[in-house]
Amino acid sequence: MILSKQKPWEEILGYLEGENSIFLLGCNGCAQASGTGGPEQVAEMKSKLEEAGKKVTGSSVIDFLCEKALVKSKLRRKIEQIKEADSILVMTCGVGVQAVAAAINKVCHPACDTVNLGGSRGEWMGSERCMECGECLLEYTGGICPLTACTKGLINGQCGGASQGKCELNPEKDCGWELIYKRLKDLNKLDKLKRFIPPKDYGKMMPDVETMSTSRWALEQTGEKEKVLE
Amino acid sequence: MSLKTVLDKGKFVITCEVGPLKGTDTTEIIEVAELLKGKVDAANVTDQQSSVMRLGSLAVSHLLKEKGLDPIFQMTCRDRNRLALQSDLLSAHVMGIENVLAITGDLPSLGDHPEAKLVYDLDSVQLLWVISRLNEGYDMVGNELRGKTDLFPGAVVNPGADTEASLEFQIIKMEKKINAGARFFQTQAVYDADRFAEFMKRVEGFKVPVLAGIIPLKSVGMARFMNRSVAGVFVPEELIKKMADAEDKAQTGIQIAADLIKDLKDICQGVHVMAIGWEKKVPQILDAAGL
Repeated sequence: MILSKQKPWEEILGYLEGENSIFLLGCNGCAQASGTGGPEQVAEMKSKLEEAGKKVTGSSVIDFLCEKALVKSKLRRKIEQIKEADSILVMTCGVGVQAVAAAINKVCHPACDTVNLGGSRGEWMGSERCMECGECLLEYTGGICPLTACTKGLINGQCGGASQGKCELNPEKDCGWELIYKRLKDLNKLDKLKRFIPPKDYGKMMPDVETMSTSRWALEQTGEKEKVLE
Repeated sequence: MSLKTVLDKGKFVITCEVGPLKGTDTTEIIEVAELLKGKVDAANVTDQQSSVMRLGSLAVSHLLKEKGLDPIFQMTCRDRNRLALQSDLLSAHVMGIENVLAITGDLPSLGDHPEAKLVYDLDSVQLLWVISRLNEGYDMVGNELRGKTDLFPGAVVNPGADTEASLEFQIIKMEKKINAGARFFQTQAVYDADRFAEFMKRVEGFKVPVLAGIIPLKSVGMARFMNRSVAGVFVPEELIKKMADAEDKAQTGIQIAADLIKDLKDICQGVHVMAIGWEKKVPQILDAAGL
């Protein structure tokens, strides 16, 4: 299970500036459970976008957006609606956004931030990784996460250590920023790289108090202060 | 004269590099400072270069300042979070240090403490932005400072980046660094003046001084090592052959560096000589280059 929350409406609208038609994608897995990208939220988003003057060319809620083979087969069935759209708005965790961005040559905007669950991890089949940073940057990086794809987690571009497109850590590992460059070039969106990304709020990578006091964590903590045979 | 003044005057600038050693012995650094004073405009002090734990760049920058050599305090984002970076920048100002070179920093896994936790809380572009904030009298979250800094921020660029993405990134990042406050650039080692001239053509519109990196060759092995293992450095086969055929390798290495400086003189605004252990030979290189 990965927990996400929807980004503020103004932020999402900002991403869609200059675009008229949008295709919406949700997920019946974690995003539905989070209340951010299930069928209900996708329908809500559709009417909000239409109110804001955007055309929604179509939408799809896929069982597990992290499963790229499934994503591809589902998207093929809606290909005409997707072609008609300027971009895809993905209402899921960072893994879902990255999986869709990897599966289709179309600009994918993240509609959610992925919230840190304090180290617990769900299981998924894709190679995409999300650090649950609470401040999704996939909008600026072609749907490839720089925090997980770059060894140093740099967010303003490649360091000087890359050689032949590989990381200085290990010549077997692709430089994440090399991949981001190629993706944005394919999408004709290289200008996104010129934007200054301000320092991240790493406080958002800490799980919040409620998260720490629910589910397993709470069970483990229950009764800790009361001693047996006191 | 400070580095800023020399650059403002449009003089051809010469900087060099001092690498602190592991330990507290500063004898050699002081000898090098005495020797280079008056011969170079400023000297970089590396920040635990190659991720090997050493004496700090802040302390050695201060030492150079005391000896009358204008230091360029190199600051990587590898080991310090945003509190420590800002605090050290304030300290640098109090110690009379003006020039700061903001860099990302090598990965710790390449050095002698590979178990270290990576920091990279800020990146080089953000660090330059923070320096600009401190110069305006505010910390990075907007709190007012009691006494601001007067730092002269510089940055690095690698003109020999070897893929389309890498080279474009160097130029995109260069522009971002300028917008964040970078006032001068120093480059990775250059060995091919013609290729470097092409790079300079692409960035001349930025109107920010670029000092070309010079690493004198010491041996054929060193040249081959750099071609194999140092990102963005390319020593042409012709120079490697020159070194292989040379009887006096040191003299030939010095001559190659001097010839290169002569070729670069009209292309860029200065040179940055990284002698890597040959600091005491820097005056010879500059003499041979006619500087």
